[in-house]
Amino acid sequence: MATLEIRDLHVTVEADNATKEILKGVDLTVKQGETHAIMGPNGSGKSTLAYSLAGHPKYTITGGTVTLDGEDVLEMSVDERARAGLFLAMQYPVEVPGVSVSNFLRTSATAIRGEAPKLRTWVKEVKEAMQRLNMDPSFAERNVNEGFSGGEKKRHEILQLELLKPKVAILDETDSGLDVDALRIVSEGVNRVRETGEVGTLLITHYTRILRYIKPDFVHVFADGRIAESGGAELADKLENEGYEAYTKGGVSA
Amino acid sequence: MADAQSIPVGSTTAGSIAVAAESTVATRMSAPPSFDVADFPVPHGREEEWRFTPLERLRGLHDGTAVATGDGVKVDVQAPEGVTVEAVGRDDARLGKAGTPVDRVAAQAYSAFEKAGVVSVPKETVLTEPIRIAVHGEGGVAYGHQIVELGAFAEAVVVIDHTGDAVLAANVDYLLGDGAKLTVVSVQDWDDKAVHVAQHNALVGRDATFKSIVVTFGGDVVRLHPRVQYAGTGGEAELYGLYFTDAGQHQEHRLLVDHNTPHCKSNVAYKGALQGDDAHAVWIGDVLIEAKAEGTDTYEMNRNLVLTDGARVDSVPNLEIETGEIVGAGHASATGRFDDEQLFYLMARGIPEHEARRLVVRGFFAELVQHIGVDDIEERLLAKIEEELEASVA
Repeated sequence: MATLEIRDLHVTVEADNATKEILKGVDLTVKQGETHAIMGPNGSGKSTLAYSLAGHPKYTITGGTVTLDGEDVLEMSVDERARAGLFLAMQYPVEVPGVSVSNFLRTSATAIRGEAPKLRTWVKEVKEAMQRLNMDPSFAERNVNEGFSGGEKKRHEILQLELLKPKVAILDETDSGLDVDALRIVSEGVNRVRETGEVGTLLITHYTRILRYIKPDFVHVFADGRIAESGGAELADKLENEGYEAYTKGGVSA
Repeated sequence: MADAQSIPVGSTTAGSIAVAAESTVATRMSAPPSFDVADFPVPHGREEEWRFTPLERLRGLHDGTAVATGDGVKVDVQAPEGVTVEAVGRDDARLGKAGTPVDRVAAQAYSAFEKAGVVSVPKETVLTEPIRIAVHGEGGVAYGHQIVELGAFAEAVVVIDHTGDAVLAANVDYLLGDGAKLTVVSVQDWDDKAVHVAQHNALVGRDATFKSIVVTFGGDVVRLHPRVQYAGTGGEAELYGLYFTDAGQHQEHRLLVDHNTPHCKSNVAYKGALQGDDAHAVWIGDVLIEAKAEGTDTYEMNRNLVLTDGARVDSVPNLEIETGEIVGAGHASATGRFDDEQLFYLMARGIPEHEARRLVVRGFFAELVQHIGVDDIEERLLAKIEEELEASVA
């Protein structure tokens, strides 16, 4: 069973000619089949955690370990992490002009699977996945994220999640900027992947709204660069009612 | 490509829109246009039109010391039936009709060539196959003149393919009759040492359409001067360019669209990628809308993608408007480094770095490649881009 283990993770960024510590000792274990919601106020370091796990060059790991099935993730390049089974659905997916969605998806699937998918089954696979996400077939011919609406960008991220079948999926604020219909479609996509039981999900969100569609097994409250409290789904209800105030007192939230 | 967020050190991206009574495009040249090389002083490098060019690498094309050697270039023309291919003397009436040399090297070429090549497509002849003009450098010095002439309502695609090693200065004239449609692809795929300086003059007839695609990869120094004028109303010019400038190469494209006639259109789009130490790309885009050119519609754009440190771009769009009675006029220039966020996004989907870079660069050029419309040239171009990127990864 695939397991992502994060131990005492410390991360800094360079900003305004100063080094700032964002993550201050994060401990978390995500097993295949589990869904963990990470919730927290703005600036608490949730997205930094997501991007650090994916290997974004902006972040410097200053301490701690991250392993996937015992393999040292922090030693891997960005693409190696993806091929090892980590997937990051981004909050702000990047435009890649001149590269079509279909070319991008196939290049990516080829890299992740280690061989080019057979064309006939691949075309069918993509078409069906797009239908499930209510995406028009013409979408495949557009350039990656270029001119996409917020909802289209997120659906495109979940399309990749469905096609690439990672061991651990990190969803960074996938719900932000979505209306209720888009949220439902995107959540259904995530749930289809979860129902396979083969993915561990790390759902990073500011709002409890998405948790009505995607039921977490664990909820963690993130504050000031570490996990301040962990619990079951009921913890989300508490946050819904009381907000993050209890965790941000003393001005620890940036 | 995202618009320039970061301008590499040592690059310039300047632009201006001037409203002038007298054209500065003309007045900032150091001498008025002339067919006689003696009318141009030998440039010293500080002149506006020479300030970006490494004169010492022109191998004497600019100062009269480069003497034609007879083994400069070999020209081979393949033309479909119905096309006339000739070599004419200096007294041919079509010479110089499309334009006059504007700098010393172009005038040197005009003063020194012996026979001009003329390819003509009779009126109302629509070619289904391209005319191919292969210019192969044999290692010497050459001065050339080529004319491509289309009669009224004729349609043709011409591919001018430069390969091998040479020191070449040339003028290329495109004469488009009324309603004619000409697409010219000029490929500069020279060996590393070649020096190529050329002026391209297009004279676009009434309701005619001129499309130029300039593709520059090779050479030590390549300096091209594509120019467009209109002979009647309703003319359209599309000028596209792609360049891939490697370490040590100087590739300079200086364009002028002279809207000298009412109700004409022009669209200029040049894109370049640069990599390696002392790779230097220069793009000058001059668009002049003369006082009489009412109803003009023009846009020009230059984008540069800097793949490594040590490369330099000078990009200068210059739009000069002498009448306000126009449909539209605009320009844009952007030079950006390779976008690390694009790289991260692709790599985060398992795509190895060199493949991700290739995707991005191919994507950057994709929209222009699609304009070429000559299959084997498109394929060769894409293969060339791959080759250049492979070299940079290795």
